[in-house]
Amino acid sequence: MNEKVIIVHNLVKKFGNFIANDNLSFEVYKGEIFGFLGANGAGKTTALRILSGLSKPTSGEVNVAGFDAYRQTEQIKKNIGYMCQKFSLYEDLTVKENIILYGGIYGMSKSLIRERLADLLAKLHFQEYENRMISDLPLGLRQKLAFSVAVLHEPRIVFLDEPTGGVDPITRRQFWETIYETASRGITVFVTTHYMDEAEYCDRISIMNEGKIVALDTPERLKKQYNATSVEEVFIKIARP
Amino acid sequence: MKRFLGFVKKEFLHIFRDYRTLFILFGIPAAQILIFGYAVSTDIKNAGVAVLDLSHDEITQKLTDKIFSSGFFKNSGTLLNYNDIDKVFKKGKTKAVIVFEDDFGKRLINEGKASLSIISDGTEPNTATLITNYTTSIVNDFNRELAGPDINNAIRINPEVKMLYNPALKSHFMFVPGVITLILILICALMTSVTITREKEFGTMEVLLVSPLRPIQIILGKVMPYFFLSFINVLLILLLSWLVFGLPVKGSIILLLAECMLYILMSLTLGILISTVSKTMQQAIFISLIGIMLPTILLSGFIYPIENMPKIYDYVSSVLPPRYFIVIIKNIMIKGTSFIYIWKETLILIMMTLAFIGLSVRNFKIRLE
Repeated sequence: MNEKVIIVHNLVKKFGNFIANDNLSFEVYKGEIFGFLGANGAGKTTALRILSGLSKPTSGEVNVAGFDAYRQTEQIKKNIGYMCQKFSLYEDLTVKENIILYGGIYGMSKSLIRERLADLLAKLHFQEYENRMISDLPLGLRQKLAFSVAVLHEPRIVFLDEPTGGVDPITRRQFWETIYETASRGITVFVTTHYMDEAEYCDRISIMNEGKIVALDTPERLKKQYNATSVEEVFIKIARP
Repeated sequence: MKRFLGFVKKEFLHIFRDYRTLFILFGIPAAQILIFGYAVSTDIKNAGVAVLDLSHDEITQKLTDKIFSSGFFKNSGTLLNYNDIDKVFKKGKTKAVIVFEDDFGKRLINEGKASLSIISDGTEPNTATLITNYTTSIVNDFNRELAGPDINNAIRINPEVKMLYNPALKSHFMFVPGVITLILILICALMTSVTITREKEFGTMEVLLVSPLRPIQIILGKVMPYFFLSFINVLLILLLSWLVFGLPVKGSIILLLAECMLYILMSLTLGILISTVSKTMQQAIFISLIGIMLPTILLSGFIYPIENMPKIYDYVSSVLPPRYFIVIIKNIMIKGTSFIYIWKETLILIMMTLAFIGLSVRNFKIRLE
């Protein structure tokens, strides 16, 4: 757990006079589930975009999967996976076609794609869905599949941007089991979420407020420090002091 | 490259799985060609014309016969006096009335001139103008026939009135190039802007941007299938207009196809530009329809001649790409001119394409920031 896959030091991102990220510093380790919390507009999305190579920092040091966020964004993109709230799958393509598409985009060979496809279908008990359109699948299945596709190319880090929006608690719980399994394989999971119960499942969480990281630790220690029974309480105490 | 090809393949799958897209791509162009070609035809065929002959002589009879044997008009009544004119128009079947004055034949022989009035129904200005023109030209023809032998028996001048480029004044010759111009820009711009905004709306665009695909590959991959299909569309439209209307391509077909490719490319870049400024598919559709279709129909010279417009519309129309393409395509198809006569218009289209690319790249960068 000591290898660092994300190193952020004094990251600042400005849009004109507006400071979206104000001196962020944190590190994320290999195989860790790192929760990235904050109210809307706290600067989560901006930071996520920088970490995933979509935009460049104004100043500070950012290193993702061993690559520099100023100059090596292409390398970063090859080594990360990404899944957002709206599902990254095409509804008018079949399960198989989606997997072949994303495998191809990440430069995987045909034989490797075929092998992973078979593994994945077996693991999710998905064989019968192979040639079904995504639009025919229930929401929970789609979500699991979207996550599996995001880690299809065995990235070093997978970014999940509010992955469980609009899903019932049971499906969410099942989804988190997949996340644990992935992290145990050594893939770092970096997740933003609105659900505070989800934050409890993370190894460590950071809470952002007005562009700054105001708390960063394991959920247990944060609860102790803020004398709270749940992360939700911690969050409320921090966000509305 | 392999990444890119997989991505292009996926775009084709989207198109072929969506019947609506296929219909818009191929059904609408065919329908438009037929509708504009037939229904919006401005040809005159069997237009009702009534005659008020106050002279009743041999010459008026001959001229009347000549007019009705032209095939453009049918006799919708013989009138007895001026009061009948109003009545016959009100019945609606008559579009024009031809009036021969008293002693028409006598005057023509004795004085060398006689007058005839063509009174047309101004509530349909287009038809009225056409009928007047047709009739005038028939009368002129008749004049010359009549005068010919009198001037000199040795030379029988029998002039033929002929319209340059469109001898029969066939309106589909005018409409087909216009329809190609309209359809290509509409479909290309609409389809590309919709397909790109769809990715934005469904959130898949984010995922693509985070992937190792470069933005330029994403855009090219989305646009390439439409370039290909639009080109097939051009071939289909040309084939259709040749088979149905017998419209030939007088100039070089290779030049025509090359110009069409340029125009398709320009329209696709316009679509990309629209997609960079619209957040949703509805917005993209709205901009494409209102921003492109209406100005193209009204201001590009498609239906209404630019020369007749107030100066201000002329300026507005000069920023519309279809205005230039219409000139190019009419010149090649109908007049058969070569590249030297249309290089200016071609250059303008190239410049517009580059401008659209430049603006899109700028907008795209702003969005990424």
